Formats: sequence, structure tokens, C-alpha cells
Amino acid sequence: MNDGLSTIEKTIASDYKYGFTSDLEAESAPKGLNEDIIRFISAKKNEPGWLLEWRLKAYRHWLTMTEPNWANVNYPKVDFQDVIYYSAPKQRVKPNSLDEVDPELLRTFEKLGISMAEQKRLTGVAVDAVIDSVSVGTSFKEELAELGIIFCSMSEAVQEHPELIKKYLGSVVPMTDNFYSALNSAVFTDGSFCYIPKGVRCPMELSTYFRINAENTGQFERTLIVADESSYVSYLEGCTAPMRDENQLHAAVVELIALDHAEIKYSTVQNWYPGDKDGKGGIYNFVTKRGICQGAHSKISWTQVETGSAVTWKYPSCILKGDYSVGEFYSVAVTNHHQQADTGTKMIHLGKNTRSRIVSKGISAGVSQNSYRGLVSVSKNAANARNFSQCDSLLLGDRCGAHTFPYIEVKNSSAQVEHEATTSKIGEDQIFYCNQRGIDTETAVALIVNGFAKEVMNQLPMEFAVEAQKLLAITLEGSVG
Amino acid sequence: MSTVTTIKEKMDLLAAKADQLAPVRQAALKAFNNFGLPAPKHEEWKYTRIGNVFNLPLQWAPDQVDAVTAEDLKPFLLPGHEEANVLVFVNGVYASALSVIRSASIECMSLEAAMDSGYAELVAANLGHSGKYLTDGINALSTASLRGGVFLTVKRSKDAEHPLFVYNITDARQVNMLSQPRVLLHLAENAGLQMMETYGTIGSQESFTNQVMEVVVEKDARFEYYKIQNDAAHASQVSTTHIRQTGKSFVHAVTISLNGAIVRNNLNLVMEAEYCDSHMYGLYCMQGKSHIDNHTIVDNVMPHCESNEFYKGIMGDASTGVFNGKIFVRQDAQKTNAFQSNKNVLISDDASVNTKPQLEIFADDVKCSHGCTIGRLDEDGIFYLRSRGIPDQVAKSLLLHSFAMDILEQIKPEPLRNYVDRLVSERLAYEME
Repeated sequence: MNDGLSTIEKTIASDYKYGFTSDLEAESAPKGLNEDIIRFISAKKNEPGWLLEWRLKAYRHWLTMTEPNWANVNYPKVDFQDVIYYSAPKQRVKPNSLDEVDPELLRTFEKLGISMAEQKRLTGVAVDAVIDSVSVGTSFKEELAELGIIFCSMSEAVQEHPELIKKYLGSVVPMTDNFYSALNSAVFTDGSFCYIPKGVRCPMELSTYFRINAENTGQFERTLIVADESSYVSYLEGCTAPMRDENQLHAAVVELIALDHAEIKYSTVQNWYPGDKDGKGGIYNFVTKRGICQGAHSKISWTQVETGSAVTWKYPSCILKGDYSVGEFYSVAVTNHHQQADTGTKMIHLGKNTRSRIVSKGISAGVSQNSYRGLVSVSKNAANARNFSQCDSLLLGDRCGAHTFPYIEVKNSSAQVEHEATTSKIGEDQIFYCNQRGIDTETAVALIVNGFAKEVMNQLPMEFAVEAQKLLAITLEGSVG
Repeated sequence: MSTVTTIKEKMDLLAAKADQLAPVRQAALKAFNNFGLPAPKHEEWKYTRIGNVFNLPLQWAPDQVDAVTAEDLKPFLLPGHEEANVLVFVNGVYASALSVIRSASIECMSLEAAMDSGYAELVAANLGHSGKYLTDGINALSTASLRGGVFLTVKRSKDAEHPLFVYNITDARQVNMLSQPRVLLHLAENAGLQMMETYGTIGSQESFTNQVMEVVVEKDARFEYYKIQNDAAHASQVSTTHIRQTGKSFVHAVTISLNGAIVRNNLNLVMEAEYCDSHMYGLYCMQGKSHIDNHTIVDNVMPHCESNEFYKGIMGDASTGVFNGKIFVRQDAQKTNAFQSNKNVLISDDASVNTKPQLEIFADDVKCSHGCTIGRLDEDGIFYLRSRGIPDQVAKSLLLHSFAMDILEQIKPEPLRNYVDRLVSERLAYEME
């Protein structure tokens, strides 16, 4: 296994490929957090009074809360007064086309390999790109508008669709839900809003790229997706952040609402800066994601590929309230160097005949720690609930850790719940089998890791799967293709 | 005066007592004052509200044990009693008049006496070792209340000719009783022991048994352990068995839980040597409002160990079940094989199960897996039997019995297996009525 070891050494040696900074002039609020900062953010965004009130209420509640410490992660505490809560790229006029967008910005996207122009042309994906909290470019908007689909930035939605925002904002993740969601509710700067009207099947995949750019700005995104009766939408979220030495905080909130017969498919590829090989720097990713299957026969499906961030704390969940509703969670989490990930899902079965499926694949390398933490809860009235969970871990290297914390709570005798988990390393016999057939060790490791994650990768939309595989390759460089 | 205040007073008195166990008690008392009783937020006690037990006026057990006679013991006797080494605890205090050690290979003495014997070092190193794994007030309570405990050792290269039966009897005829039996068991190199243990509450008052048994299994020793819990419906217990495998050894543990108010089992296996082999089996079959909580820890410290864990539950009426199985694989514990499985059947709409099979792995060259299921009886199976003329109730009872069989088969001594099998069959027939 000398080859195998050197493969891991190489993996550990690889640097973050997306670490670069674009020189965009930013207009920022002073550091720190108090009611004035919240008023400043609200005023900057020209928000109605009720939203400011809502933010302040969240802030006051946040003050009474303490930072959670139950997750299986260790990191120096965040100084919430040392964060800039608002930073807008200094580009005041809304661009009508990509040509009007700051060329530096476009180059940033190009480096990421997601040139908007190319994406528009080749893939038909509508991109609502967010750089440092303000939406800078939105495409395919008219095409979507024809179908009655609303896809815009949160700030725009607050101005143009206040009735929808007022009805749904905070309805799935209440501002009092947890420490980070309260913080987010108080200071969120932008994000995406999406509304699919009754009976409409969104013809293209909607996509947002978040990028944290200016130094020391925490990113507080707020995403809200509402799928009205019998509608369908597939939403892609991709994140990369440039290289920074100081730890940056990211506390987003994502809310999904699926009404009768609606389906939401939410895919994430997260590749924020994980810190260097000594564990210096990197993003703290403390995200609250939750969807509610409000109506009968509705479906919410989460797919995530987590390769980045120094610390990840993320549990995309489904509340299965409608009868016959379905929740799914597919996850690949890769940790390397000093990365720590505590991720999983919650499936809350409330309605009758609800079904859920959890497939989680954890891959740990270096000295990283990778945890799955999940809850499957079947309430007393959730007759005939069905759940299947599978969480597998793959260990590359003898100093990393893989942990599983599944909570299963069943209060109904007609429920059928299954959970299984395995932990293993790549077998020497598997490598030998490949070597014997003329496949070198590096390619063999790539083959095996890809095969291990296949079940989840298959769930990703085509355009995303390609990038996700690339990211997997970068994170485990030397191990994968 | 509240129960907790009474207990604290008694523990303070004990801590002031200047005997050989004083330092152990004092350290535990400090821990108890620090931890307090487990709050509902305590992760290890999330589903088991043990604090409620202390809302009762619980009586601190007297030192005298003569209130319970051999006659009182009769209903609790396990098959093979006449041939066995017998250890009886009355209200947590060792009752020598009711106990008998028949095997020459077993040495038995009080913990205090053991501290003055050639085993002093061993006792000092192991008494309270469970506190390193169970950091809560319940475990500290037992250690801070050390009194009437027993040290047992099975001599080197000897198989105890007779099995060891341990009866934990609580006398709740007059008052609600707090009983805290304590045993430190040592299996010397190449020793073998078969042990059965049961619990009995006499009288209609409530009882709380907070038992701690610490076991040290040395190189090449073999330890077989059967715990039968079929106490009264008003009897609660926290039963801790903490097993250290300090040499390459074999452990086979079976826990059968059939009745009780709140029954909490902590079964810890610490594998501190290479090539240890351990098996843990459990069957819980509950009715009424019983609450059963099985917490197990398998800590793989050294490489090349194998552990196998299989727990099954049948939950009837308004009973609640909890299973939390932890497997730790330390960084040096390469080539570990650890398996865990928990299967539950709910046969009543009011029953519930909370399960949390947990893996924490720090070594890469391991094979670990866990699985758990919660479901109901297979309808096809019931249909198959009914189509052959077997009535519904009988069909269900048959299927449940076969479900339980996997665990019952692990009880190696035949008389005990038949005894438990009968208890389970009666229970299942009742459940189906």
C-alpha cells in the first residue's frame, strides 16, 4: 500500500484551487452587530417597516440565545462583533445584460469554470449570481416570467412580492428556531426567492452561485422557494469562496414549501475554502435548511455534495406534513486536512402514508472528522410511515474519523423504519484487483471513490454532476482521476 | 425532606467514615455534587426521565439484612439454584446468611476486606472505573454510597465448577426503597465463569435499584453473563455492568428484560487488549407502561478485536423502548470488526421506540456496521399461518416467538433457556389477548 499512502500524501498536499480574490470595490457597513446595523441594512435595502420589525425581533431573540455546542466539531468561537454584516459591490445600476456587468466579476465566474455566458448558451440554466450579498446578474428572467414563475433576488422580492414574502418568510424555519437562524433572520442581506405557480413545471434548472468575496464579511443568505399545487422545480445552489486566512462565517437559511402534488428538488454543491493543510483559515458553514411538504402527495428532495468549508454544520430536513408526501436526502460529504463536517438530515413524519429515504456517504481523509447526524421521527398519527436510511463512511488515512449519530423515534406501530450504516476503508484486495488488470493505484482509488458516491451523484442534474465530480477530484486530488 | 437531601446527608456521613473505601467515596461524592441527577437535557438520559424516580420519598437502605428470609427469596429463584454459588443482596447490602459459595475456585469477600488483602491494588484500580465512561450523577451516586459491596475473584486457570447466581432483592413491604448493590468481579488469567443475575422486589411499595457491577476479565479468561429482569411493575432500576477485558479474552453477555417501571441498562465493554472477542445480546419484551432503556458502549482500544451486538425488542401496550449502542474505535484499534444490530416490533399503537445506534471511528482499517429496524409483524407471515387454520392470535404469538428466538438461543445453559423461554411465551400469549 505504499502507493496508496503516497496517494494520500498527495491528497493532503493539494492546495485550494479556487483561492483568488477579485478586486471589486465594496461598500460596507462598519464591523459589529447592534440594532443600528440592522436598521442600516434594512434602510440600504429599502425595506418595508414590517420586515425591519421582524429583523429586530429576531435580533432581540438572538441576544437571549447561546451558541450551540452539541455538534461533533471544534473551532475557535466566532466573535460576532468582528464581522461586517453588509457589503455590497459598488455597482449601483442594475445591469440589463451581462455586457454591463463588471468584467472583473465575469472573470471571477470564468475562473470558476461557470462563465455565465457559456452557461446561458450551452445549458439553458438561468443563473441568479450572488456576490457578497447583492444579486448582480439574473438571466432567463423573461422566459420564466412568461410561465408566471418568479425567480429573483430576495431584496427584489421584498419590493415586488411583499404578500408572498410576508406569508412564507420564516414559516418553515421560524426566526427563533436556532442560534444561527435567528442571527440570519436579523441580518440577512440577500438571497433568492422562487415561486412556481399552480400546475407549472419549471422548464429549466434554476441556479444560484454564492460566493463570499470581501474580507471579513459573513454571508447571510436567505432562500425561499414556494412550489404551488402540482408544480415542479429543480433548484441548484453552488458555492465557492476565495482563499482567506481568517475564518469566515456563513449562516444561511433555506426554506422550501411544497403544496399539494408539488415537487421541489434542491441540489447543492458546496466548495468553500476549507482552510489550508494546517487547518488555518476556512469557512464556517452553519446553515439551516428545511423544507415542508405542506400538501398531500408533495415531494422534497435534497441532494448535497459537500467538499468545502473548515467546519460544516448543516442538516437539510423535511417535514412531511401532507399525506402521502415524500422526503429524500442524498449526501456526499468529503473532508480532508483539518476539515470537520457534522451533517445529516431530519425526516419528521406527521402525515399518513409518508415516505422518506436517506442516503449519506461520508469520505474522510487527512486528519478530518466527518459525522452523520440524523433524525427520523414518526409521530403518533403518522400511520404507515416508511423510512429507509443508509449511511456509509469511507476512510482514507489512519488519522481521520467517521462518526454516525442516527436518532430514530417511532411512536406509531404501523411504521416501518430501517437504518443501516457501514464504515470501511478501500480494501487492499479491491486495489489489487484493479492493479492486476493494469489499472494503476491512483486510478483505482478514483474508481472506487466514484463508485462509492455514485448513488448520490446520480441524483444530481447533469450540468451539476460534472462539476461535482470535478470538485470531488479537487478535494481528494491524487485520489480521484 | 426530599429524597435527594436525605441521600446527600447519608452520603456525607459515609464520606466522613474513615475506612479503606473513603477516598473512592469522597471522589464520587464530589462528582455527584458536580453532576447532580441527570436532567432531561443530558444526552445519555434524553429519553429516560430518571430524575422522576427521586420525586418519591425513597428510603435509604438499612445495614441489617435479616428482614428478608430464605422463604422470601423463593419466588425469585432461577433454575439450578441448588447447585450454584449464590450471592444475595438485600436492599443493596450483601446478605451472607442467604449466600453460599460452593466453588473452591471462587474467593468472595467484602470490598472493605479486599482493600486489605492481596487484591488491594486490583480493587483500587477498578472500583469506580465505570465512572470514566458514565459521567452522570446516577453512577456517582452508587460509588459515593459504597456499602455492603462484594469483591469476587475466580482463581487463575480454574473454571468455577458451579455457576454464580446473583439475586438483587429489594424489600419494599413497608417503604419505598433505594437499593444499591455493588460487585467487583475479577476473572484471573485463564479462569472461566458462568453468571446469572436477577432482580426481585418484595412488597407493593416502589423501589429503585441502582446497581453497579464492575468486571475485570484477564488474559484467556471466559465470562458468560446472563441478566434476567422480570421485576415488579412498580420497581425501577439502573443496572450498570462495566466489563474491562485487560487481556485477550471472551465475553458473552445476554440481557433479557421483561418487566419493570423504568429499566435502564448500561452495558460497557472496554477492550483493552488485542484479539478480544465479545458478544452482547439483548431481548426486551415489554408491556403496560414499562420503560426499557438499553445503553451499550463498546470501546475498541486495541487492534484485532471483534465485537458483535444484537438487540431485539417487542413493545406492547403503552411501553416505551430506548436503545443506544455506541461503538468507539480508537486510533490504534486497527483491524477491528464491530457489528451492531437493533430490531424492534411495535405491537400496540401506544408503544414507541427511540433508537440511536452510534459509531465513532478513528481508525481506518476496520469493518464496522450497524443496522436497526422498527416495524410491525409481517402480514404475509400472518396470512400464511392463518391460511393453514391457525387462529390470528396464535399466528401472531408464533411469529413474535420466532422473532425472539434469535436471542433466546444465545442463552447457553439449557435450564435457564427453558425458564426464560417460558416467561417469554407467557408474555407473548398475554400480549396477544
